[in-house]
Amino acid sequence: MESMRFAVLVFPGTWSDRDCQWALSKVMGHQADLVWHREGDLSSYDCVVLPGGFSYGDYLRTGAIARFSPVMAAVSRHVEEGKPVFGICNGFQILCEAHHLPGALVRNDSLQYRCEWVHLRVENAETPFTTPCEPGQVLTMPISHGEGRYVADDATLAKLESGNRIVFRYCTPTGQVTSAANPNGSERNIAGIVNERGNVLGMMPHPERACEALMGGEDGLLLWQSVVEWARQGVGV
Amino acid sequence: MQAETQYPESMPVTQDVLNTIAISRDEYALIVERLGREPNEVELGMFGALWSEHCGYKNSKALLRQLPAEGPYVLTRRGTENAGAIDIGDGVCVVLKIESHNHPSAIEPYQGAATGVGGIVRDIFAMGARPIAILDSLRFGPITPNDTSIPSADSGPGPEAIARNRYLFDGVVAGIAWYGNCLGIPTVGGEVFFESAYSANPLVNAMCVGIAPIDRLASAKAEGPGNLLMLVGADTGRDGIHGASGLASRTDPHARFEELRPAVQVGNPFLEKMLMEACLDLAHHHSDWITGIQDLGAAGLTASSAESAARGGTGLVIDVAKVPRREESMTPYEVMLSESQERMLIIVRKGHADDVACLFERWEVPWTIIGHVSDDRLIHIMDGAGEVATLPVDTLVEAPEYTREGVRPPELDELEALDIMSLPDLEASASSAPAADGDGSSPLARTGEGTAVRDPNAALLRLLASPNIASKRWVYRQYDQSVLANTVVAAGADAAVMRIKGTPKAIAISVDGNGSYAQLSPYAGGAMAVAEAARNVVCTGAQPVAVTDCLNFGNPERPEVYYQMQEVIRGISDACSELATPVISGNVSLYNETDDRSIYPTPVIGMLGILDDVTRHCGMAFANDADEVFVLGAMLEQPAASLAGSEYLKEIRGLIGGRLTMDLGLEARLHRAVLALIRQRIATAAHDCSNGGLAVALAEMCLAGGKGLDASGADLGLRLDAALFGEAQSRVILTTRPGERGALDQIARAGGIPYARIGRVTAERRLRLGPIDLSLDVMRDSYESGLERALIDKPV
Repeated sequence: MESMRFAVLVFPGTWSDRDCQWALSKVMGHQADLVWHREGDLSSYDCVVLPGGFSYGDYLRTGAIARFSPVMAAVSRHVEEGKPVFGICNGFQILCEAHHLPGALVRNDSLQYRCEWVHLRVENAETPFTTPCEPGQVLTMPISHGEGRYVADDATLAKLESGNRIVFRYCTPTGQVTSAANPNGSERNIAGIVNERGNVLGMMPHPERACEALMGGEDGLLLWQSVVEWARQGVGV
Repeated sequence: MQAETQYPESMPVTQDVLNTIAISRDEYALIVERLGREPNEVELGMFGALWSEHCGYKNSKALLRQLPAEGPYVLTRRGTENAGAIDIGDGVCVVLKIESHNHPSAIEPYQGAATGVGGIVRDIFAMGARPIAILDSLRFGPITPNDTSIPSADSGPGPEAIARNRYLFDGVVAGIAWYGNCLGIPTVGGEVFFESAYSANPLVNAMCVGIAPIDRLASAKAEGPGNLLMLVGADTGRDGIHGASGLASRTDPHARFEELRPAVQVGNPFLEKMLMEACLDLAHHHSDWITGIQDLGAAGLTASSAESAARGGTGLVIDVAKVPRREESMTPYEVMLSESQERMLIIVRKGHADDVACLFERWEVPWTIIGHVSDDRLIHIMDGAGEVATLPVDTLVEAPEYTREGVRPPELDELEALDIMSLPDLEASASSAPAADGDGSSPLARTGEGTAVRDPNAALLRLLASPNIASKRWVYRQYDQSVLANTVVAAGADAAVMRIKGTPKAIAISVDGNGSYAQLSPYAGGAMAVAEAARNVVCTGAQPVAVTDCLNFGNPERPEVYYQMQEVIRGISDACSELATPVISGNVSLYNETDDRSIYPTPVIGMLGILDDVTRHCGMAFANDADEVFVLGAMLEQPAASLAGSEYLKEIRGLIGGRLTMDLGLEARLHRAVLALIRQRIATAAHDCSNGGLAVALAEMCLAGGKGLDASGADLGLRLDAALFGEAQSRVILTTRPGERGALDQIARAGGIPYARIGRVTAERRLRLGPIDLSLDVMRDSYESGLERALIDKPV
């Protein structure tokens, strides 16, 4: 299989960079470079990953400082070209701050950090990130965040719903979307969304931590495989 | 020696000054004698820090020498570096250390605990090792007014104490979570206990484990005269001055806590993350640019500079005027004694200052050259052109050593004499299984009179819901447990299992201690802490290889406390020798008492085990229907005496007492047998029997696997309470596939290990054990919500 080139961005305080690199290169056999936030050019990469962490210590507001990093201009070009951008956890927060995705991520309703394995229902199996999944399929992977509660105004939420842009919702093991299955109080149990064009995904759970059976599960592989497949077909969105 | 010391006629320092730095009159006289002159203010402050209990181990050093330090895998000698290192093969070493942050956490729980994590993590990456796991051992006072360990006398903690304990618990857990999560290091295990002995004096012991390529292991030596001292990381402020000498090295009245809050440092985990990446980059890719990396922890620049010079056999010149400050008009004294966090001292080889500076700039970490290494074995502190302190390195780091006379606490006789035999036993006929399935809460209803409980089902449910036994999920779900993608088994099991990337191996890590045991029988309590920690590691299939210990005691100047120290350390020493697990690093925390009340002597043991093949790790969950369930080691039938110091005795009968015994030979044989059973893939699950005894351990295995157990026919002997809830040591529950009994028999016989088959795993989700008959749902409700309920409990 032709290997793909992933840029895994590293902001000061990012910590899922190595996990993403491990999953993409060691587990899946692709090229995954750690790219420091001062880089200005990402044009040689097929996919850009904004991994989890505490960029700038979450000071001021999660993602609020990282969005001004030099590399973000290159991320914007990548977005405009319709290439895939995969934001995980803090990466999702940064993409919201940079207005590549609507809404915001605020403090969990428990007011506590939460790290646990959760269930996600695939709401849209036709995004570049979910094509191997069945609609309604339940995936399991860990969350790890203190500020993962997705909020947006009613008009935005309605637009997300009507555009089929809600990709994942927190659910029970059997796929029921209930408040008990919502680990952080997100509006409408939203765990992940895409932009209007569909090439930018933001999600709070960590697919890179669910890529090996030894680590507790392999559902995360589906999302990476989807990006690879989509990029190989060279289909723009 | 002290008694004969003649005080100089006119002491130039006041008692107030000596009190501030916790130096005695005798010690002052000794400083004068060794220096041949009076120290000035800066010099005296530096002595105060390095001769503090926290840095100098004045009262414990002599006792610690008996601990075994050597072993086949040991790479560093205890006390010689920031942490201990173990060779696990494949060119990889594991670095570990545990440290207390009790006193700061008692005063400011969130920042106290957070900076405790920050400090121990720096000790690990100072060695050039990437931290891959944090574990925490925590002790608090009771968090529920219905805790039976609260003495019924008026002196027991009232509602205010309960509220304070809840505040401390909540703050400590959130502080650990904040710092560790922000660093991206998983917190994968630990323990939490609640006892009235820790009211207002919580224990926060943080352990960190790191890995490094052996050839990249860094040292903390200041070598090579002319080499430069580079201070990297945070600016220096007035926070934490006298932290080591004041907070950690004496007893402070509770009333002073508010006043002492400024002595607690405030953490910046983001800066520490950048500092960590920069130091690891330096150690792994540019080790030829430096001779040492040293953490600035307790006693700040004073301790880090003196210790690195002592290791290198050199001297140092430091100009405090060059130290970047975050506050104005700080004195040299304040700069030298500040404990501002997130700072490291790098000893840079001549000619590489620009290289190292560029590296730190790349990681956006501030750096400053503050001095250089000299060859005169003196520390010169300059303030610009003027020299403000000149001290011999050796005198500074050689704190006096005290050996005291221990006296066995008289109350031990009384505690040991508790006649457990005469307590009423549980009654098999009192089982209320059908009722217990009702709404799930009825058996938990407290009678107010603990002694009235006769029903084994009710006793088990109450134990499962008690804060000391109930699931600690409320705690560990606040910690990132899986970042770095190494966590095979996370918190909530016997031990955490972390794979070592690039090798077929894994390590298992556990942290254990039991203050109640050590309070009753200090020697046995010390030995049991080691035995249990090792047993936990063994139950995952890992060979225990090394220990890091955190020893928490009261005021060593009290003969009863010193006796506890002597006995506990003797117990640890014997157990570590028997189990071949040398103590490679550690920490002692003394003066843990508040308002004249001492904590329980609390030895906490961090244990490292090696698994040669990660795919052979064993879990505690019942795995397959019809698997056979065995008890190995200490047997089913137990005398009433095995209830000594048990959670059952405390929680159900409201008593603390009895006498503990430990058979280290049996323990070692048990470990060998269990490891053989796991390695040969005969075992399908294994679990240590500890707090709450056999019944609690079996309930945990059922809940973890979502499967039942039929052991209704098990022969529990004459004392039902002791068989179900006794806490006899050296016991492991292990399951095999049906038909493997012959293989198990062979290994157990060859190893001299008694065993008994007690039942089989069932698809039906019920625990049947002698007279106990409970559904998993009812047990799960007690076990999983016990802690949260205790946090909101009102007095009944």
